[in-house]
Amino acid sequence: MTPPAAGNGSATALRITDSTLRDGSHAMAHRFTEPQVRAVVSALDTAGVEVIEVSHGDGLGGSSFNYGFSGTDEIQLVAAAVDEAQHARIAVLLLPGVGTVEDLRHAQDAGASIARIATHCTEADVSIQHFEAARALGMETVGFLMLSHRASPQRLAAEARIMVNAGAECVYVVDSAGALVLEDARARVAALIAEIGAEAQVGFHGHQNLSLGVANSVLAYQTGARQVDGALCALGAGAGNAPTEVLAAVFSRLDVPTGLDPGAVAAAAEDVVKPFLSRLPWMDRASIMQGFAGVYSSFLLHAERASARYGVPAHEILQRVGEAGYVGGQEDMIIDVALQLVRERESAESGVRG
Amino acid sequence: MVTAAIVGSGNIGTDLLVKLLRSPQLDVRYLIGVDPASDGLAKARGLGIETSAAGVDWLLSRSELPDLVFEATSAKAHLMHAPRYREAGLRAVDLTPAAVGPYVCPPVNLTDHLAAPNVNMITCGGQATIPMVYAVSRITPVPYAEIVASIASRSAGPGTRANIDEFTQTTARAIETVGGAGHGKAVIILNPVEPPMIMRDTVFCAIEADCDRDAVARSIEAMAGTVRTYVPGYTLRAEPQFDDPRPEWRGLARVAVFLEVRGNGDYLPPYAGNLDIMTAAAAQVGEEIADRLVVPA
Repeated sequence: MTPPAAGNGSATALRITDSTLRDGSHAMAHRFTEPQVRAVVSALDTAGVEVIEVSHGDGLGGSSFNYGFSGTDEIQLVAAAVDEAQHARIAVLLLPGVGTVEDLRHAQDAGASIARIATHCTEADVSIQHFEAARALGMETVGFLMLSHRASPQRLAAEARIMVNAGAECVYVVDSAGALVLEDARARVAALIAEIGAEAQVGFHGHQNLSLGVANSVLAYQTGARQVDGALCALGAGAGNAPTEVLAAVFSRLDVPTGLDPGAVAAAAEDVVKPFLSRLPWMDRASIMQGFAGVYSSFLLHAERASARYGVPAHEILQRVGEAGYVGGQEDMIIDVALQLVRERESAESGVRG
Repeated sequence: MVTAAIVGSGNIGTDLLVKLLRSPQLDVRYLIGVDPASDGLAKARGLGIETSAAGVDWLLSRSELPDLVFEATSAKAHLMHAPRYREAGLRAVDLTPAAVGPYVCPPVNLTDHLAAPNVNMITCGGQATIPMVYAVSRITPVPYAEIVASIASRSAGPGTRANIDEFTQTTARAIETVGGAGHGKAVIILNPVEPPMIMRDTVFCAIEADCDRDAVARSIEAMAGTVRTYVPGYTLRAEPQFDDPRPEWRGLARVAVFLEVRGNGDYLPPYAGNLDIMTAAAAQVGEEIADRLVVPA
């Protein structure tokens, strides 16, 4: 199997996938509208972005009580993105256990051509049926090893091997908690290159919780990664993703071919995305806690909601979630933790009184 | 006594064996796997059970066939085995998500399908959560119900891992047909944390804003007690949580139920409540069927 060509096709080219319309969906409480999707796709397409990811933040089928209901059906948004894109290809995300092959088929019917299949970093074998199905549908395949900081480089490489054997053409080190600090990211990318580099590409997906999304992406590239993810205005879970407009500028300064026009990407962020945001992702107390404690970035807004509902601080909830080792998809445990904190407070208070 | 075979020597098959050995109604004759090195087969031999790694062919070539076969392989395997059991006249209790026969969740519909040649035990997540969906829907209409099952990675064997889509789809359908929800959705999460996490399940039901919340809460508590009669480690982590209607919930209110399922530690340690709730339910169904197979003296 030959790795797919990235960027302009040369060995040094980097393919930047923009995930504003997928990871950014978390920050939008999964309420993207079709006009917003069309405007973002059009601006990214004009700026030379080759791959644009569109899905519920938790992937296809994520619309739910647990993760938040989609404001507009995601398949309708995928179809609108496909319709709007002149050159860019549309990718979708699927988390086995949340979405199914049937959801993938609907997305492919709507014109999506790249399947990104995500599992927790130690559970790649749950994705085998989905990679096989994606390849059978003629889709390009990308594997996503989430919360990569939770596995050693060697273990991560072994999991990447499972995905490649199942049909993945690229496997990403996904720093879902924004917890990888420089060498942590480099070592993981290097381990994947050593294990799968001859047959598949390696990618990196960075978050800004500790402000290292861009720096880690550069290190990943220098270590051999040839795909990285970004989002306009950093729009993503936690403190957001590596901002696509910054990635475009930095890689341009490094003379790395990406096919992106840095000025046009910056315009897409400033003129198209920023106006419809009610809040910009930021490294606040709760999201820094996520990077520090290694907590899945998507938990942030859920922790804030539970904090408002039960009157316990979001950062305390997130810290407890980190200690318990909860993984992506366990948003329900945030309410459970909040209830536990309430009980602890009540018993501490009655203890004082008693 | 009614005789039984267990096909599948993985986590579920082996846990079921330990439970059935305690059953006064069922006599387990065989445990059949496909891997001679399987831990389950070795354990069964140690318990004096006849074993084979030669699969269903071996079982069906026995001169003495069992009355009942429990299938604990994978959905794909059961789809191939089911017609052969039927041809051989064996009643099947299916612990895979293949869903060849009608769904059975003991506290809801234990006696509804006892005459069927093949009954399906849904999924571990379904067995843990559908009683709660039913507990709500017997009080007030549930247009939509959603469950999230979190299990320890170590308790998920290769069959479970290969069957993730079948798990979510079968559970979702059973939330509707057995749980009584208008529309069902299921999510499963594998968590590798050490020490392993105890099985956790969350049930969200959409309900009318003006329904009788006290009656719903009482029904939930009562159902937890019913499930505890066969899975002692089945507990509510907190009182049911009621949330007022929201526009993004199409104007409906919500009740959330947080469950912990601690296993009996029969084969895997107590964190594997997912094994327990499935095998304890299957054992109950097997015993009910056995009661009806026995010809009164």
